[in-house]
Amino acid sequence: MTLDGKCPTGPLSEKWDQHRQTMMLVNPANKRKYTIIVVGTGLAGASAAASLGELGYHIEAFCDQDSARRAHSIAAQGGINAAKNYPNDGDSIYRLFYDTVKGGDFRSREANVYRLASVSNNIIDQCVAQGIPFARDYAGYLDNRSFGGAQVSRTFYARGQTGQQLLLGAYSALSRQIKAGTVNLHTRAEMLDLVVVDGEAKGITVRDLVTGEVKGFAADAVCLCTGGYVNVFYLSTNAMGSNVTATYRAYKRGAFFANPCYTQIHPTCIPIAGAHQSKLTLMSESLRNDGRIWVPKDKDNKRRPEDIPEPDRDYFLERKYPSYGNLAPRDIASRAAKEVCDEGRGVGSGGRGVYLDFADAIKRLGTDVISQRYGNLFDMYEKITAEDAYRQPMRIYPAPHYSMGGLWVDYNLQSNLSGLFVLGEANFSDHGANRLGASALMQGLADGYFIIPYTIADYLSQTSPGTVNTGHPEFKKSAEDVHDITKRLLCVDGKKTVNDFHRELGSIMWENVGMARSEESLKRALELIPELRTEFWNNVKIPGTGAELNQELEKAARVADFLEFGELMARDALHRNESCGGHFRIEYQMSDGEAKRDDANYCYVAAWEFKGVDKKPVLHKEPLTFENVHLAVRSYK
Amino acid sequence: MNLTLFVWRQKNANDPGKIQEYKASDISPDMSFLEMLDQVNEGLIKTGKEPIAFDHDCREGICGTCSQVINGVPHGPMARTTVCQLHMRHFRDGDTIYIEPWRARAFPIVKDLIVDRSALDRIIEAGGYISAHTGGVADANAILIPKPDADIAMDAAECIGCGACVAACPNGSAMLFSAAKVTHLAMLPQGRTEAARRVCVMTEAMLKEGFGNCSNHYECQAACPKGIKVAFIAKLNREFIKAQIK
Repeated sequence: MTLDGKCPTGPLSEKWDQHRQTMMLVNPANKRKYTIIVVGTGLAGASAAASLGELGYHIEAFCDQDSARRAHSIAAQGGINAAKNYPNDGDSIYRLFYDTVKGGDFRSREANVYRLASVSNNIIDQCVAQGIPFARDYAGYLDNRSFGGAQVSRTFYARGQTGQQLLLGAYSALSRQIKAGTVNLHTRAEMLDLVVVDGEAKGITVRDLVTGEVKGFAADAVCLCTGGYVNVFYLSTNAMGSNVTATYRAYKRGAFFANPCYTQIHPTCIPIAGAHQSKLTLMSESLRNDGRIWVPKDKDNKRRPEDIPEPDRDYFLERKYPSYGNLAPRDIASRAAKEVCDEGRGVGSGGRGVYLDFADAIKRLGTDVISQRYGNLFDMYEKITAEDAYRQPMRIYPAPHYSMGGLWVDYNLQSNLSGLFVLGEANFSDHGANRLGASALMQGLADGYFIIPYTIADYLSQTSPGTVNTGHPEFKKSAEDVHDITKRLLCVDGKKTVNDFHRELGSIMWENVGMARSEESLKRALELIPELRTEFWNNVKIPGTGAELNQELEKAARVADFLEFGELMARDALHRNESCGGHFRIEYQMSDGEAKRDDANYCYVAAWEFKGVDKKPVLHKEPLTFENVHLAVRSYK
Repeated sequence: MNLTLFVWRQKNANDPGKIQEYKASDISPDMSFLEMLDQVNEGLIKTGKEPIAFDHDCREGICGTCSQVINGVPHGPMARTTVCQLHMRHFRDGDTIYIEPWRARAFPIVKDLIVDRSALDRIIEAGGYISAHTGGVADANAILIPKPDADIAMDAAECIGCGACVAACPNGSAMLFSAAKVTHLAMLPQGRTEAARRVCVMTEAMLKEGFGNCSNHYECQAACPKGIKVAFIAKLNREFIKAQIK
């Protein structure tokens, strides 16, 4: 089946405006009759729930954290892009659009990306109105900085805590609607199933994480804003609770999963310290504005960094990509770091690290300026490593960070299942095969504040409110399925912990479906993952019961889904016989090691349809057509 | 490293709860405090015992989920450090460590080290926001904000809502938490319009939720992992008095 992204026709810059003018509306008096479920309270979820609540819809919102303010968007550090062109350095909506399409290695939908770029400016206005304390200059104007993959300064920031500040803004808008009674928020509540009635999403099944009660919620539309899935690698920069369960279970109910193999490995994370490691910590990309990345020129160099003179250092990003230098896009910077470590030139214990050096910047600008810009990051680095980055270079190494893939959606952010909308990192639509820095925050808020309020009205205006309630047999069946999974998990009573399995899965994924993949490694993963899954269901040990707060049970259900999802990722990576963005197949590279795309055969979105746990999923393609951008070799040299 | 832990165990809100002793063996100094607890829990699970339940998520000191009183101090011995960012290198081999949940009237215990902090969310819901509708706002540079004001607003906005200030206060007061939000919004021109109403409704919500009063112990500031200053409490009081006179 060929999928239709339903992009409006007409000139690129007018598509969204024209579409807005033709979409149907819901009468203000009728809005309160419609119930919308919003799962997740990160940037996409909180902004969507707040904006839809303001419009007058009745919202049931859910998060698995104890407060909406703790969703993982909170951890984004560096900034948010917008095409304001305040610095007068040549930026424009078109340029932000082009950089994003190019950064995504020409695997995203043109119309979506242009819309994203064109609402980016509204986001900054909205955030300032909400009281987000963005950085300012002494005249009182907003300040900007540079991020990877761009030659203009278009990133707005709030110290090293931009995600926190933006999320608290969305959370405050959400809180206001909770007070107003339009949003009913359920905390410590995890969605464990999507309820589909006659091909339309009509509700979800939720487990109360404190009491263990399993309950259905019916609605006229469901928005999934549940983030990404890179915790499939076990070690990643995501929060411990980030998981694929909501989107994966929607996939099992018929929603297509698009481009699962597009995962982003972030170049600047703190290297692994030992086997006990439970997560990896990101150091913001903004550090690459002033830090220089290098390794020693010769192998197995045991000298301390300050004892290695300039001629013996290899500033490999500056050498390979003179025009972008240390600000090369994330996938390129990560692979370059892996390469030099594979050559045996890595630093730190285990040789899996490169230096990020601020000595030149400190000499040029002084310690105070550097501390003002990155103080909290330097502090965090010292807490974790006990090293002072003002005196010696940081050690960094790539780590899984973001998933560009996600549930397939059309231009209206609607899945192939009617009534199911997917926002933010949970969908696949805007970043292609690689996301540029400071674009995730932009997309989450664009979807929630400025896109879903329009597109969901168009859908709702064509459905009558309240047609299905939780008495419907599909709700009963869904609750039984959820209970069944819980029961099966608890009665295994094996010998290994959930973490043991998650760690093993992570190592299979990192080794075989990680930064560099090959036909051989992917086939190996497709053998190893089902074996591990079988072992999991025969040998996992979960203490306690399902009728209480049980953190091991929560984790087990999520890892059970990762054990199926990992296979889907490997299958997608194996089918895509090209390299693009975050998907690097070693068989497909240029003579200089750059990614080699195959536009003739793979210029499409791969959307997978679930057919059963041990059965092959069916591939559907959405061809990507580029009317405005010339498909070029992505060069940052 | 080998350690002796005394940990608060409580099955649910109705259980009286008690301290139990555990051994933590072969702990690496590079582990975070929570990774040390992970290791203890793995051992408990393998011997058929229930692991210690504790709240945690981002493990990089920003989400505000982790919440443990370590040797009597919320977030433990290191200044300006959340539990998840506390590393075992700050303890010594053979140490005895007491681990308890946040204790405050407004934070009922859910299980073991997990407490219910939704009272803090309800303070924000009462009015800890600027009532800006989505859409239809002015250009971001239309109102200039002096850098010093924006910086103070940001200092206050850094609060992660963990509740350590409440746990540290002998009165179980949420003044530092509320003052941070009041200050953040009151420092910005966009937030001035509602400043008087905001400080009143947030103060009222604090009392309703069962938080105590501030009597200037400054324990909150000492415990705050983000260095939020008690000067903001003075700002809250000033805003409150101004609102009363109006």
